[in-house]
Amino acid sequence: MAYPMQLGFQDATSPIMEELLHFHDHTLMIVFLISSLVLYIISLMLTTKLTHTSTMNAQEVETIWTILPAIILILIALPSLRILYMMDEINNPSLTVKTMGHQWYWSYEYTDYEDLSFDSYMIPTSELKPGELRLLEVDNRVVLPMEMTIRMLVSSEDVLHSWAVPSLGLKTDAIPGRLNQTTLMSSRPGLYYGQCSEICGSNHSFMPIVLELVPLKYFEKWSASML
Amino acid sequence: MLGAECPKPCKGKWPTPPFDPRFPNQNQTRNCYQNFLDYHRCIKTMNRRGKSTQPCEYYFRVYHSLCPISWVQRWKEQIKDGTFAGKI
Repeated sequence: MAYPMQLGFQDATSPIMEELLHFHDHTLMIVFLISSLVLYIISLMLTTKLTHTSTMNAQEVETIWTILPAIILILIALPSLRILYMMDEINNPSLTVKTMGHQWYWSYEYTDYEDLSFDSYMIPTSELKPGELRLLEVDNRVVLPMEMTIRMLVSSEDVLHSWAVPSLGLKTDAIPGRLNQTTLMSSRPGLYYGQCSEICGSNHSFMPIVLELVPLKYFEKWSASML
Repeated sequence: MLGAECPKPCKGKWPTPPFDPRFPNQNQTRNCYQNFLDYHRCIKTMNRRGKSTQPCEYYFRVYHSLCPISWVQRWKEQIKDGTFAGKI
C-alpha cells in the first residue's frame, strides 16, 4: 500500500506489475541520462568566453543525433510492446468476479456458483480502529484466492468510475452499460488497496477498494460463510 | 426462472466461462448479452420441439457468470412486460 513520502511505485503483487516496474526503471534511466546530458551541455554553453560565428559543416554530428535518438526510441518501444502483448495474453481464468461502481461505493458479485453479492463502503474516519488506514479501509473486503487467474468484469450503475489497484497494476474504467474485462493474478497473499480513479461526484475520494488475497481453502470457507 | 436451469446447487464442475474467441477484447458486454439471448432462444426452441432443455444450461452458466445481476433482473422484467428489445 502507499506510504508517506513515497516516490516510486508500490511493491508489485502480480507478474505484470513486476514487468511494468522494470520497464519504468529502464525508461526513467534513459530519461535521466538524456536530461543530465542536456543540462551538462547547457551549462558548458553558458560558462565559456569562447565564441564561434562562422558557419560550419555539421554532417557528422547531425547524423549521430538523428540515429541515436531513433535507436533509443526503439529500445523503449520494444519492451513496451512486449508488456502490452503480455497483458493481452489469453489465459484461462478460474473465477469470475464482477464489480459495479455506484455513487459512492463498489459492489461485488460472485455468481459462478451461487449468487453472492455485497456492497463495500469506506469506513468513515471517526469509526476507524487503531492501526487502520484513513480513507482506505472498507467494511467488506473483496476476498479472492491467491495465485489463481481471476477474470474481473467492471461496470457501473450510474456515472463513470474506475476500479484501480496499483500494486497489481490494474486500472479499469467502470462505464455504465459496458462490461470491461481485466485479469487479476496475485503472486502472494495480503491486503491490497486502491481508490476510485475517475471523478464521480462529491465522494469520489471516499470509495476505496480493498482486496484480501488468501489461499484457496480460506476463500472457499469465506464464500460459504457469506452466502 | 424459466426453463430447466441448472438446479442449485449445480451438479458437475463449472469453473467459470472459458475464453470465447468471438469476444477476444476488453469489452465483454456483447459476450454477456449474446449468451443471455442464446439461452432464451435455446429454451424457446427446445420447448417448441418438446426436447429437453439440458443443452441450454451452458448458455445459462455463461450469462449467469458474466452478466451483472442488475442487468439480468432488468432484462427479465422487460421480457415479462414484453418490452425486451432483443429477438428471442
